[in-house]
Amino acid sequence: MEMLQLTARELSRRIRDGEISVKETVDMYREQMEKMEPQIHAFLSVDEDRLAGRIQEVEEGIKSGRYSGPLAGVPVAVKDNICTRGQKTTCASKILENFVPAFDAEAVKRLEDAGMIVLGKTNMDEFAMGSTTETSAFGVTKNPWNIEHVPGGSSGGSCAAVAAGEAVLALGSDTGGSIRQPAAYCGVTGLKPTYGRVSRYGLIAYASSLDQIGPVGRNVQDCAALFEVIAGHDAKDSTSSQKAVESWESLTEGSLKGKKIGIPKEYFAEGTNEEVKKALTDAIELMAENGAEVEYFSLKMVDYVIPAYYIIACAEASSNLERFDGVKYGYRNMESTELHEMYKKSRAEGFGEEVKRRILLGSFVLSAGYYDAYYLKALKAKALIKKEFDQAFEKYDCILAPASPTTAPKIGTSLCDPLQMYLSDIYTVAVNLAGLPAVSLPCGRDSQGLPVGMQIIGDCFQEKKILQTAAAYEALRGPFPMAWEKEEM
Amino acid sequence: MAKQYETVIGLEVHVELATETKIFCGCSTKFGGAPNTHTCPVCTGMPGSLPVLNKKVVEYALALGLAANCQINQYCRFDRKNYFYPDNPQNYQISQLYLPICHDGWLEIQTSGGTKKVRIHEMHMEEDAGKLIHDEWEDCSLVDYNRSGVPLIEIVSEPDMRTSEEVIAYLEKLRMICQYLGVSDCKLQEGSMRADVNLSVREVGSGRLGTRTEMKNLNSFKAISHAIEGERERQIELLEEGREVIQETRRWDDNKESSYAMRSKEDAKDYRYFPDPDLQPVSISTEWMNEIKSRQPEFQEEKAARYQKEYELSKYDANILTQSKHMADIFEETAGFCGNPKKAANWLMGETMRLMKEKSMEPEDLSFSPKHLADLILAIERGEINQQNAKKVFAAIMDEDVEPISYMKEKGLLMVSDSGAIETAVDEVLAANPKTVEEFHSGKEKVLGFLVGQVMKKMKGKADPAKVNELLRKKL
Repeated sequence: MEMLQLTARELSRRIRDGEISVKETVDMYREQMEKMEPQIHAFLSVDEDRLAGRIQEVEEGIKSGRYSGPLAGVPVAVKDNICTRGQKTTCASKILENFVPAFDAEAVKRLEDAGMIVLGKTNMDEFAMGSTTETSAFGVTKNPWNIEHVPGGSSGGSCAAVAAGEAVLALGSDTGGSIRQPAAYCGVTGLKPTYGRVSRYGLIAYASSLDQIGPVGRNVQDCAALFEVIAGHDAKDSTSSQKAVESWESLTEGSLKGKKIGIPKEYFAEGTNEEVKKALTDAIELMAENGAEVEYFSLKMVDYVIPAYYIIACAEASSNLERFDGVKYGYRNMESTELHEMYKKSRAEGFGEEVKRRILLGSFVLSAGYYDAYYLKALKAKALIKKEFDQAFEKYDCILAPASPTTAPKIGTSLCDPLQMYLSDIYTVAVNLAGLPAVSLPCGRDSQGLPVGMQIIGDCFQEKKILQTAAAYEALRGPFPMAWEKEEM
Repeated sequence: MAKQYETVIGLEVHVELATETKIFCGCSTKFGGAPNTHTCPVCTGMPGSLPVLNKKVVEYALALGLAANCQINQYCRFDRKNYFYPDNPQNYQISQLYLPICHDGWLEIQTSGGTKKVRIHEMHMEEDAGKLIHDEWEDCSLVDYNRSGVPLIEIVSEPDMRTSEEVIAYLEKLRMICQYLGVSDCKLQEGSMRADVNLSVREVGSGRLGTRTEMKNLNSFKAISHAIEGERERQIELLEEGREVIQETRRWDDNKESSYAMRSKEDAKDYRYFPDPDLQPVSISTEWMNEIKSRQPEFQEEKAARYQKEYELSKYDANILTQSKHMADIFEETAGFCGNPKKAANWLMGETMRLMKEKSMEPEDLSFSPKHLADLILAIERGEINQQNAKKVFAAIMDEDVEPISYMKEKGLLMVSDSGAIETAVDEVLAANPKTVEEFHSGKEKVLGFLVGQVMKKMKGKADPAKVNELLRKKL
């Protein structure tokens, strides 16, 4: 089992040094998948042909020196809303069940250019709408720490795959916490980059102004390395930033000495589980003992975060998902005899409940007569939230908060009360509304043995600061086991 | 006494821009490719694709807005207009609603009633949709996305026009400006210029606007005129009968020369417009605006004035020649090559326009080289060809852009300049017509014409009649 425990960078070094072949590496994860998938169901598909072709290409590329980067040879699990050319990309929706994209997402292209390999496509909440991966049309993913619990969502498949040792790295996407919250539930590390850092080209949009692709891994260093591979300007995405990306080594140097860390009081209010609070407080204490200057402050806009997020995200989603109409690709109701009947039936049958709920909500808030009252107001709230964070970052290097008010809930307990599920996003969505970067990493376990996640938030384009802080904390905390390492499942 | 009615008309004109590539992707905008060959993931709305704005579109919109005296929104934005239809691959069209690029401008038009300003409410940029082809034989509909994403500017006027003459004058003015700027070829038949007519009637003197209808599918100036007349009558009739005009969209049927209701206000769609989150707001610097302003071409009025001064053309001629920039360019080049602007103008306004009318061509369809027309004019001046034959040569220049001198040689149209040959012909004619010669000597001067004709006939038309005339008089 030793090789499976390696970090991605160490694994790549061994591959590049010829200690293990690319094929052996892929086979190792395939074996682990065979073992874990029957219980976990983190993956939706593996493209054998593409994989075989890539193994050979990468093997040759490493020999020829074409692939020499710190992650060359490493397989990555990719969330199924990120387009892969010739390989099914379903968004875990019946409406795209057999959809095969004609192009690779820019993030996929970049990781392949770095000599990495797409291992398979991971399960998610349908169109990334959900916090548990239960809204997937193709079955729920189980939390590798306890298969009666959800892995979180929407990038539940990616985070569970890493936690279960089925992949050492994964790509997720984060619109309202979809990387950070499942990373917390699964005891792995996940980074939501600054909006505009990673090209959205090829990411099937949920809410365009909030979506970001980001890395999921075993630790901060691995995430930083994958972040460096996928980040940077892309002319195909108008919202992509021109800002240069720093190298992963510089990202993770440094200590906590003199780091000013702000903690929003509101994030430790009622509603937050006591065990989560305890794990966070312990982590904060540890950081303070090691030189961090910790201070509690107030984020007053916190009450407006959830409504603003759901209005903006659903409004954009209602429009983004219009193209799924049964005309060009995807599911079509074949019994219809008339165009609009076909539209209605295809969409009614092709989309799941949560997606339909959000399309309806989004269509409503954009309707004539409601636009000003809802959508415009939400945009104003978004601007105020951003302003409040700006003010906080005048004082602090980072903001520290729980990634979720609770640990992973049991399967089947969230969807019966969607409003309650929406409220569980309370600590993550503000980051998306303000476009900020944030990293989530484990800081302990509750009495059930489920991981607790802590989130370190930075100002725009300050990935370096938050990753440095996270890496410094990680060093103090010591290794956090992956779920599959804690005991044989 | 019968009531007097006034027609109130506003126009929504779509102009297809002559950019090389589409508004949000790199696909070609060329007309007439095989279906779905000018397409990519972006203009077919594939999942995961993203739009990137073609800067040329903003430049063209700015140029047109400035030429139409508009205010510019230096911070403008694109919005999504959401509606389900298969020609629209994303089921939303990227357009501008909240912050259009240009607003509050005007164009000055000339009609028989004099000069008038038509105000422009706004101009905005948007993408065109694909084309649906209904195959009734196979009982299915096909979509061609070649046109999907071709850039358009929509120009919305205020309801300032009162007659179809004003409407046509406004459209011609708009078309002329677009052509002068090179932003669009504005061909109604090909759909690169489309006009929707908003029309209402009211009693003369009333300050309140009547209920309007919107007329679509107008593919020619003729259709526009007829639709305006027809709709005016239809609405007046309704009012006279004490009925109401319903606010609706009507479709013009060119074959039946009448319109029918497509949809009323009640089933008007809610497009749920909102700012497109995939595109950044467009910010237009004052420097860029000034740069575009400084590059604006000489428009028709200035050009016509210059022609009167520089080439000493009449106001009428100068106006006609400058109606199309292409025509004006041909004129200037021809005049430059032959050094005779008056002759160049005559050829263009006479024979060229006569042939254009015959072949129902637009000035933009002219494709001959001005050098060839100039060479023909020079050949006439040198007496190498007579007017009659020159017209034949010009017809060939229009059709195939032939090089006139070699064409004249090839077809044997060059004049005989050898006076010996003409003399021989004159002698023969005089010898063959002693009676006529006698008549001439007895004072019947007009028989000279007959003799000239005879000589010309012998010369197969290739002699200069003036020269024949001169020689005949000498010999007589």
